Amino acid sequence: MAEVEELNKPLFAGLSDVSIAEDIPVEGDITVPLSSHGVDDEVSTLDEPVKDTILRDLRAVGQKFVHVMYPKESSALLRDWDLWGPLLLCVSLALMLQGSAADNQNDSGPQFAEVFVIIWFGSIIITLNSKLLGGTISFFQSLCVLGYCILPLTVAMLVCRLVLLGSAGSVSFIIRLVVVTASFCWSTFASTAFLADSQPPNRKALVVYPVFLFYFVIGWMILTFSPSH
Amino acid sequence: MSASEGTKNTNTEPWGGFDDNIIIQGSGSAVIDMENMDDTSGSSFEDMGEMHQRMKEEEEVAEEDGGEEEDGGEDGEFLGMKGLKGQLGRQVADEVWQAGKRQASKAFNLYANIDILRPYFDVEPVQVRNRLIESMVPLRMINFPQKIAGELYGPMMLVFTLVAILLHGMKTSGTVIREGTLMGTAIGTCFGYWLGTSSFIYFLAYLCSAQITMLQMLSLLGYGLFGHCVVLFVTYNVHFHSLFYILWLVIGGLSTLRMVAVLISRTVGQTPRLLLCGTLAALHMLFLLYLHFAYHRIVEGILDTLEGANVPPIQRVARDLPNVASAVMNATVKSVAVLVHSQ
Repeated sequence: MAEVEELNKPLFAGLSDVSIAEDIPVEGDITVPLSSHGVDDEVSTLDEPVKDTILRDLRAVGQKFVHVMYPKESSALLRDWDLWGPLLLCVSLALMLQGSAADNQNDSGPQFAEVFVIIWFGSIIITLNSKLLGGTISFFQSLCVLGYCILPLTVAMLVCRLVLLGSAGSVSFIIRLVVVTASFCWSTFASTAFLADSQPPNRKALVVYPVFLFYFVIGWMILTFSPSH
Repeated sequence: MSASEGTKNTNTEPWGGFDDNIIIQGSGSAVIDMENMDDTSGSSFEDMGEMHQRMKEEEEVAEEDGGEEEDGGEDGEFLGMKGLKGQLGRQVADEVWQAGKRQASKAFNLYANIDILRPYFDVEPVQVRNRLIESMVPLRMINFPQKIAGELYGPMMLVFTLVAILLHGMKTSGTVIREGTLMGTAIGTCFGYWLGTSSFIYFLAYLCSAQITMLQMLSLLGYGLFGHCVVLFVTYNVHFHSLFYILWLVIGGLSTLRMVAVLISRTVGQTPRLLLCGTLAALHMLFLLYLHFAYHRIVEGILDTLEGANVPPIQRVARDLPNVASAVMNATVKSVAVLVHSQ
């Protein structure tokens, strides 16, 4: 019995070393086949001209824009998500919303930062909320969907600026109100078409409300925007 | 080729894998010839092709020279000093990466695991609606500890709604400038009130031996903000002074009474009850008063005096109104005042 124990002791003593050694071959086996694929892919996309890379990404972004404007197919945005589109939209919206910065010294910085913070912070909160409510969509997929669905509001911002160039009276206010309300409803509807599928059916209202609030705040910022001439 | 050694061997790859041999040999040779430094030695995969090539060459060389090369072939089995250093560096880098990844994922799973909060968001829309309505209905039964729902979805949504309403109120009170500061102020005020007051009342409850947990206190106070949202939404659009006071007393009072009743039902003794409920009632009602006046003072100032450069002293955020903006705002407010007074 003592001999058996003595035999066992070295075995147990070596366990602490064995754990690390076991990790390496397992991970080595798993990673090596992938690395050989990675070598080929990296070589092929690294050597292509920059124009090709940019155009390929732009085409992907444009395709997703089309999916947002006509939200009938709900898998393309989720399958290959990317954050270029949301970044482009966020930056263009923030730039357009700070147009009245010329005369007042302190406007440009806080306004741009404010829009940025609202959009990204709001998207993160909504994503966390939908995950906590039992959603099956991943973190970045949700960020991608929410960012792309800002497109109607960005279009509305463009229209508002053009309308404000013409006149600043009550007629223009009514036009702007109608445009912003329509685009806000469009944004909310488009994003719920993508997001609500990943939720249990009786909890859709719980996910839709924060999205509604988020786009409402952005729409409100667009509506109350008034450049100083 | 790798089976020629008698030591423990974990290789299964054709190119030899990360061999234990290399470590032993690397640690054995104390002198490393710096002249043979490889430019690409490090963690790049392009080395693989190079190594493969060199391995084949070594094999051919070993076959030609036979026994004489055997020892040399075994020592630098892989390939001479160049490949050896790169191999060693790669393995070290690999180990460091694995260790770091393990640590990071452990820390992440421990602290950033949102599944901790998942049970508190397990609600149905009907339940949320019922709790919203119940938050305005004071209880009659205070001898029996009342049940408080421990959920965080409703309170969080209410806090965000309050932030949105505050933002709207600040916009309509004419602050065209420095919106960045005001946005931060709105979020900071609402969340600070919710979290700070909950913590403070929880601490007082601990002192007074009341039976309430932190989650329940957060939930209770969060739902109590529903009355605030309603009052502010109405009074930021209808600038009628006495209307605000009536709503403050009625709606604010109802939600405060509800919270106070729940707390009384969970506390024993007259003095603790008085302390706890008095503090909560005071904080809750004063917060509503503060929210209304801090963000609407400037409208009242202009209504009363109709002057442009009158900045009230209570403003925490400096609002410099240039003459153009204040003139425009004067005109709109005057017309609103005329409309309101004519009704």
